[in-house]
Amino acid sequence: MTVADSLPDARTVTAGSRSGARRAKRFGLYALLVLVAVIAGGPLYWLISSALKTNPQIYSYPPHWIPTDLRWSNFSDAWSAAPFGRFFLNSLIVSVIGTTVELIAALLCAYAFVFLPFPGKKVLFLFLLGAMMVPGHVTLLPNFLTIAQLGWVNSYAGLIAPGLGSVFGTFLLRQHMLTLPQEITDAAKIDGAGHLRILFRVVLPMSRPMVITVALVVMVGKWNDFIWPLIVTSSADMRTLPIGLLFLQNTETFANWGAILAGAVMVIVPVLVMFFFAQRYIIAGLTQGAGK
Amino acid sequence: MTTDLTQDGRAAPPNPATAGEAGPRARARRRRREYLLFAAFAAPNFFFLLVFAYWPVIYNAYLSLTDWDMISSSWHMIGLDNYTSLFADPDFRGSLWTTVLFVVGIVAGGLLLGLATALLLNQRLRGRDVVRTLAFAPYVLSGAAVGTLWLFVFDPNYGLIRPLLAPLGMAAPAMMTDSKWALSGLVLVYLWKNTGFVAVVYLAGLQGLPRDVFEAAALDGAGAWTRLRRIILPLLSPVTFFLLVTCTITTFQAFDVIAVMTNGGPGTSTSILSWFIYDQGFRTFDAGRASASAMIMFVVLLLITGFQARFLQRKVHYQ
Repeated sequence: MTVADSLPDARTVTAGSRSGARRAKRFGLYALLVLVAVIAGGPLYWLISSALKTNPQIYSYPPHWIPTDLRWSNFSDAWSAAPFGRFFLNSLIVSVIGTTVELIAALLCAYAFVFLPFPGKKVLFLFLLGAMMVPGHVTLLPNFLTIAQLGWVNSYAGLIAPGLGSVFGTFLLRQHMLTLPQEITDAAKIDGAGHLRILFRVVLPMSRPMVITVALVVMVGKWNDFIWPLIVTSSADMRTLPIGLLFLQNTETFANWGAILAGAVMVIVPVLVMFFFAQRYIIAGLTQGAGK
Repeated sequence: MTTDLTQDGRAAPPNPATAGEAGPRARARRRRREYLLFAAFAAPNFFFLLVFAYWPVIYNAYLSLTDWDMISSSWHMIGLDNYTSLFADPDFRGSLWTTVLFVVGIVAGGLLLGLATALLLNQRLRGRDVVRTLAFAPYVLSGAAVGTLWLFVFDPNYGLIRPLLAPLGMAAPAMMTDSKWALSGLVLVYLWKNTGFVAVVYLAGLQGLPRDVFEAAALDGAGAWTRLRRIILPLLSPVTFFLLVTCTITTFQAFDVIAVMTNGGPGTSTSILSWFIYDQGFRTFDAGRASASAMIMFVVLLLITGFQARFLQRKVHYQ
């Protein structure tokens, strides 16, 4: 099958001998669709099912496509080989607090750019966007030194602080606030509401979908963050899940794939669940900016 | 806004909101208060960005001119020595070359596969939304977990790769421990992880295309291939360019899967620039060389972004 076979097809004539060819084409398209589903979902299925297999099943050849007697103890094995409960808690703290603070800072900043005057606002906005050009690898070493100077290495503050600046979130929220009807905020102002009140009582409720989008995308990013927690944590009790998984691999060796895979499942399941429920928001947030 | 009423400089007409504080001085006071409020609202975000995004660039540029070893309390300014020594170092040059192969493999492969997937998902097929969700899911998953998963898939003895290659009469290669294969293995993993993103962006682009163009083309007897080459690809070129730039930038910075799967090895076979920087800084503790290589990455990415800006400008004039 080539790319050309799967092109959008302006409804062509479906008469006589053509219908056979058409049916063959549809069959081919469905075959391709299944192929894509298998390639995308297969490894995930393999991960989750293997995390539930007994070791003989994991190491058997030919492979067990469907695990028979589920071995939930792989999870407790991972749990006892490394403090996964603690990793989980750390990831939760870092992503929830980090997202909350970042979101509030972004909301305030976006609101200011839309509803308040300031000399040189345009230049400031460009300055804000400019931060997007700075790759994470450039900030790595200096941020580590800053955090070390503050005495925050191996602490929640150290894990959270460098990720708090928001360009993407501020930008999206500002774009959204620009579309809100000015009359409503003016009316609130005439009613004597201050700006904080307008932001939280008027603008925020009207921006709920965008706020959810930004919050989810920011949270997923923090949950998956790898290089910064790797650098800034030095003891097991401060590791986040992805870093804990890395260390589990290095200590467990590959004799115990069951536990390692169970660890990987623990890292992905929260995001996977979130994604399946809120994919509309997450996809919209992550693909923002692609439109033309 | 109420202040707009007085743009001509005359006193404001009575207004319920500002009753009792009309007059130019009151307005100036109001304005000042709004400036202050702007500053207060924007300050937290700007503070974080200044401390953790802008200052690091300056600090990093400075460190790249020193010979600091991250342990001693003193260091020397050595000018551009780090840069000259980097370009003289076969490991660094090799790392640049590996980065090019890695980025080109992932970006070109991802764009092709993503476009093909998007064209497929743009058909009226039952279940396509499920497949779209499934294809996008890997993109949101932790690279550490994805790397772990694929180490298992690539395991030559009990990974998925063995039963998959067996019908072709091939023995499973030791993907990640063989320097001939490791880079290709990483490219495959990143393609699996990122192609759904490309597909979803292309799909949005396809669905934004005007339907009548296709119908006109079909009436003119244009075949599928001609329609793809002559109509769809040109119309999608802004999307392609957006993807080209964003994917290139993120691929340059790919790190987590590498840290889990290969640690830049075997040998230096998967030591792309992002790994090289980490290795110099946090494993060899050569702050100067790490910062200098980070500056080089920065400049390369700036050039790519600048190229995008210019291209897009020309595009706007062209239309």
